[in-house]
Amino acid sequence: MATVTGTKKVVGLTGNSAIAYAMKQVDPDVCAAYPITPSTAIMEEFSGYYADGQVSTELIAVESEHSAMSACIGAAAAGARVMTATSSQGLALMWEMLYVASGLRLPIVMAVVNRALSSPINIHCDHSDSMGARDSGWIQLYSENVQEAYDNLFQAVRIAEDRRVLTPVMVCMDGFITSHAIENLTIMDDAEIKEFIGEHESAYSLLDTENPITVGAMTLPDAYMDIKHQQSKAMAASKDVVVEVAGEFEQRFGRSYGLMEAYMLEDAEVCVVVLSSAAGTTKVAVDELRSQGKKVGLLKPRLYRPFPHEEIMEALRGCKAICVLDRADSMNGFGGPLFTDIRAALYDTPQRPVVINRIFGLGGRDYTVEDAMEVYHELLRIKETGKVETLSAYLGED
Amino acid sequence: MERYMEVRWHGRAQQGVVTAAKLLGETALREGKFVQAFPEFGPERMGAPVRAFNRIAEMPIRIHAQVKEPDIVIIIDPTLIGTEPTGGMEGGAITDGTDEDTIFIVNSPRQPEEIRAELDIDGKGRVYTVDASRISMEELKRHMPNTPTLGALARVTGLISLDSLVANFSENYSKKFSQKVIEANIDAMKRGFQEVREEG
Repeated sequence: MATVTGTKKVVGLTGNSAIAYAMKQVDPDVCAAYPITPSTAIMEEFSGYYADGQVSTELIAVESEHSAMSACIGAAAAGARVMTATSSQGLALMWEMLYVASGLRLPIVMAVVNRALSSPINIHCDHSDSMGARDSGWIQLYSENVQEAYDNLFQAVRIAEDRRVLTPVMVCMDGFITSHAIENLTIMDDAEIKEFIGEHESAYSLLDTENPITVGAMTLPDAYMDIKHQQSKAMAASKDVVVEVAGEFEQRFGRSYGLMEAYMLEDAEVCVVVLSSAAGTTKVAVDELRSQGKKVGLLKPRLYRPFPHEEIMEALRGCKAICVLDRADSMNGFGGPLFTDIRAALYDTPQRPVVINRIFGLGGRDYTVEDAMEVYHELLRIKETGKVETLSAYLGED
Repeated sequence: MERYMEVRWHGRAQQGVVTAAKLLGETALREGKFVQAFPEFGPERMGAPVRAFNRIAEMPIRIHAQVKEPDIVIIIDPTLIGTEPTGGMEGGAITDGTDEDTIFIVNSPRQPEEIRAELDIDGKGRVYTVDASRISMEELKRHMPNTPTLGALARVTGLISLDSLVANFSENYSKKFSQKVIEANIDAMKRGFQEVREEG
């Protein structure tokens, strides 16, 4: 968990302002973006830094998100350090190019401010946008609060550019809930950031005429599958780099990160699994139930892609009943994306726990401590009776 | 359960409700507190009901939900009293979730007793009024009742000091506003602090 220390570097910033400030500190070579609610302020403020001459970035204002990602791809292929930000429909419009970025192994870093997808149109938070992109070959980190979003962005640069990874990274935070909320934020000095992320030395560059390369060539059945195999292996291996980078981050800055956060999970009999801001709210419910002697816990995955299935299985080993809370519906008649992944990861445990799914918080529907308590009470009933009434359902709805 | 001081602001778009919550959060942070300040965006048009929220605590704030049981309710626009402004959001009446200890601070030229009757809260809570609209018209020559209300809040709750409120505003908003506007707002804050009325 991100802790805030009482130093002079504590400021009050929204999630969007924190990301814009982090981007200023990274000072990427190129930023191409098309603003969209609720991530608009990121580009608005970053443009301000650009206009004031505080960054040396080439800022490209494009005509759509498809173009934004296309420009990012071109710049990254040329060897630039590249960043952008988007939300919802914007991410959806990037779809085609997301796969191009990851297939070309370009270390682009993108802040995704999670927002519901149309239709019906809605500007508020859920995870439908980034969940839809979960198989696009991008690494995904999810942030609980402003501090985590800020810290994750720097770590994303390191992860993406690591020669063992060379894969684009999305840093996700909750729209409005985090993007528009002012919270205490401990910021680092520019020099500290520069030292942590280092200079970007691209593995390959289109502009390096001494060492010419081909980018985006047609590949036939003799090569395509091998390239995908390499990509797949790099994706799986990136997990270790995520841990490594988190370790160095903690050493330098004192805040601890990993593949996930296990909260009161050691001896927990029942557990909730949930991403991002809802995890904080759930922790308060855990404390309340613990004070009543109930053995409840929480697992908050931080790295969702690649999916750390072994570590998750290990973390949930002792639990008898688990509820996965999804802030997106897969519309598959079975359950949300996090649910199906978690349930599959637990298939190999000796005592397979009960795993149920509740969809919550779509389109900004409020998720409260009371909602979390209701879920824990249901899990405790299941633990007692062994009876599951509904496997998958919408939270609070029949 | 983990408790923070929770504030719920009610107003209409363009009355500075979101900025008020921001200023309160920044000021409390300046005093070494952990804070949250966040708005609720509904239909974005002038005059639409708007809510904003604050949490202020001595410990890191982990809850990321709307404020449903506020310690302090601030009503920037008294025409919202008695309505249930939802606007598609999960709103409700201004008095929802309030109890015996809730503090109500209302922008109104009227006496707190009259506002209490309108709020329909019987003997519950404490009601204060401040004529923030008039103060802002006199000091700023425009209707921006948020800063005088913040002055009243500092006086009534002690949640923040007037000095910190003024210091935060004059130090952090000098780029955004002219010195004249800064000074007018500070005068408005001070007058809100002085002129807030309590019951009885």
